[in-house]
Amino acid sequence: MAEFNTHILVCGGTGCKASQSDLLKANLKNRLADHGLQNEVQVLQTGCFGFCEKGPIVKIQPDNTFYVSVEPKDAIEIVDEHILKGRKVEHLLFKDPKNDKRVDDSKQMDFYKKQVRIALRNCGFINPENIDEYIGNDGYAALGTCLENYKPTEVIDLIKKSGLRGRGGGGFPTGLKWEITNKVEADQKYVVCNADEGDPGAFMDRSILEGDPHSVIEAMAICGYCIGASKGLVYIRAEYPLAIKRLKVALEQAAEYGLLGKNILGSDFNFEIEIRYGAGAFVCGEETALIHSMEGLRGEPTFKPPFPSESGYMGKPTNVNNVETFANIPPIINKGADWFASIGTEKSKGTKVFALAGKINNVGLIEVPMGITLREVIYDIGGGIKDGKEFKAVQTGGPSGGCLTKDFLDTPIDYDNLLAAGSMMGSGGMIVMDEDDCMVSIAKFYLEFTLDESCGKCTPCRIGNKRLYEILDKISQGKGTNEDLDKLRLLSQVIKDSSLCGLGQTSPNPVLSTLDHFMDEYVAHVDHHKCPAGQCKALLSYHIDEEKCTGCTLCFRNCPVGAISGEKRGPHYIDQSLCIKCGICLEKCKFDAVKIA
Amino acid sequence: MTKIKSLADLRKLKDEVQSKIKLREKGDHPENLIHIKVSMATCGIASGAKETMNYLIEELDHQGIDAIVTQTGCMGYCYAEPTIEVSIPGKEPVIYGHVNKDKALEIIEKHLKLNELVDGIIPTNYKTIED
Repeated sequence: MAEFNTHILVCGGTGCKASQSDLLKANLKNRLADHGLQNEVQVLQTGCFGFCEKGPIVKIQPDNTFYVSVEPKDAIEIVDEHILKGRKVEHLLFKDPKNDKRVDDSKQMDFYKKQVRIALRNCGFINPENIDEYIGNDGYAALGTCLENYKPTEVIDLIKKSGLRGRGGGGFPTGLKWEITNKVEADQKYVVCNADEGDPGAFMDRSILEGDPHSVIEAMAICGYCIGASKGLVYIRAEYPLAIKRLKVALEQAAEYGLLGKNILGSDFNFEIEIRYGAGAFVCGEETALIHSMEGLRGEPTFKPPFPSESGYMGKPTNVNNVETFANIPPIINKGADWFASIGTEKSKGTKVFALAGKINNVGLIEVPMGITLREVIYDIGGGIKDGKEFKAVQTGGPSGGCLTKDFLDTPIDYDNLLAAGSMMGSGGMIVMDEDDCMVSIAKFYLEFTLDESCGKCTPCRIGNKRLYEILDKISQGKGTNEDLDKLRLLSQVIKDSSLCGLGQTSPNPVLSTLDHFMDEYVAHVDHHKCPAGQCKALLSYHIDEEKCTGCTLCFRNCPVGAISGEKRGPHYIDQSLCIKCGICLEKCKFDAVKIA
Repeated sequence: MTKIKSLADLRKLKDEVQSKIKLREKGDHPENLIHIKVSMATCGIASGAKETMNYLIEELDHQGIDAIVTQTGCMGYCYAEPTIEVSIPGKEPVIYGHVNKDKALEIIEKHLKLNELVDGIIPTNYKTIED
């Protein structure tokens, strides 16, 4: 037969690959070959389906069956039962935690019900290493339409009308950025795609490049046409090898079809794209630092203005957009600005991809319309907090953002509301925290990250953040004073106001927002020398309840420092001067006799 | 690979390559499509269900009829294999027995195209747990 009658889609995102989806794919192919079905059933690898919690994902079409947590050994059962006999493999179907029913259609799952996929439209649908599949799903039609039917300024007007704003952090209107770069006169201009993705909790840019690299290439070419650039550069961190590989394959295929190169689609528009690797510095997500890094200089920011749109890469006008922003461009042109503007809130149009992580049941990548509430994201899509614990806060925007408490659960999420709430959209990382997380430790954790990542060029960021960190460390040791709390706030404000670039201007946000929302925890650390969440080790002590201790000696035998003593079948004791607070005794005790105070 | 030289060329290529992903699109949006299930248990396979299924897929594709053909387990009518279930959106599903190639073609020509029932219907007298 000429065409395959069944398609088995295996997730080939980094997450699922780490769970052996490559081996799974090979096993499926082998088993199909054993039954002589290799010409009837196609096995292919797609980009990320987003439901990383339950990876590896396998989807079978046209049966519309969605299998979760599939292991390589399950390949035999899938082929023998599903493919050969037409019986769904029950135990691999998703189990709805609400009623324990198995669900075979992903559209019926809470995780997918509220999602609207624009930037991720092809992730989990096409084979990213095959340009034909992208073209078959309207690929490069937007570029063709622009070149044939629109003047650059008309395309810019369309993007402006759609209301698309930068998805990388600040939310600057994309159409306006293009217009400014378009208006600057120069012999050479550049389009830069920022694929640095420094936020340690976010992985949407990586997933888009892994699952749908052509949409970024197409959008960069459209941008080049609009601003009058014939060269594009993708700045991607070297620690994304799979994304780099797929991007390279895509660039080659696009060039072979003549969709990159000279006289694209018969027009007089020329465009080519090069890849530049970053070493993984957080500050290189800032556009001026990114440009310097590409030029071979130190990855350090410079003062704006001049903005890159006037003087960027090699001193030429440069338009920098983020991966997710680019991925939104082709659908806007194909479906129209009005369609895009009909999704979202008044000032934030379209959708946003969020990376859900932390203490949440459904860790993964989701795309939702702007204006959705945190409650919907965390409880409906995310499936609530792990182990039925209480929600405490969610950190949005990574180390540059702030935490939002349960008071904000019903606030519609968009750029302006998040800013007003003391956080920011950032790149869309969402780290969910529960009752066991200590907010002082969280602020300290993020500050430790910015401390490492600060380039050191300007004093407020280099020294100020270090001093902030020291104060937080002092508080978490139980040595803080009320004066320290005032100092924290004052210093944070100074760093925000006086730092050179976005990194320093936002690095105190986790401190300020935890001070605003969780002052009681700071006070508990300072005044009462207690950590309410039981995270700050210096403030904890372990004790054994004499009444409950049976003298089984399990804790005694497992204590790594020999801090526990006692007679067999008699009560045991912990020597506080020796205890390193590792918590092993608590973990090992079968009688619930070890207590934290 | 030959170069694509115009938007018209691109559209032509799109029509050619679309079939590669059409099956997935159909599977994602099955609500308004004709759905044919072929019973593929041991009894069905032994009686030639595989040939019937392949024929259905080829013929529907050849005639340009949008439909989803999937396999299903044993329907219980082992005496009448191969059996298929035809569901047209908004209508009750109909089960046919002894579906060889000729019967399959008759079902396509009459049932699917003209909405006329064909001989060989097995009356269903069971309920599923979803009913």
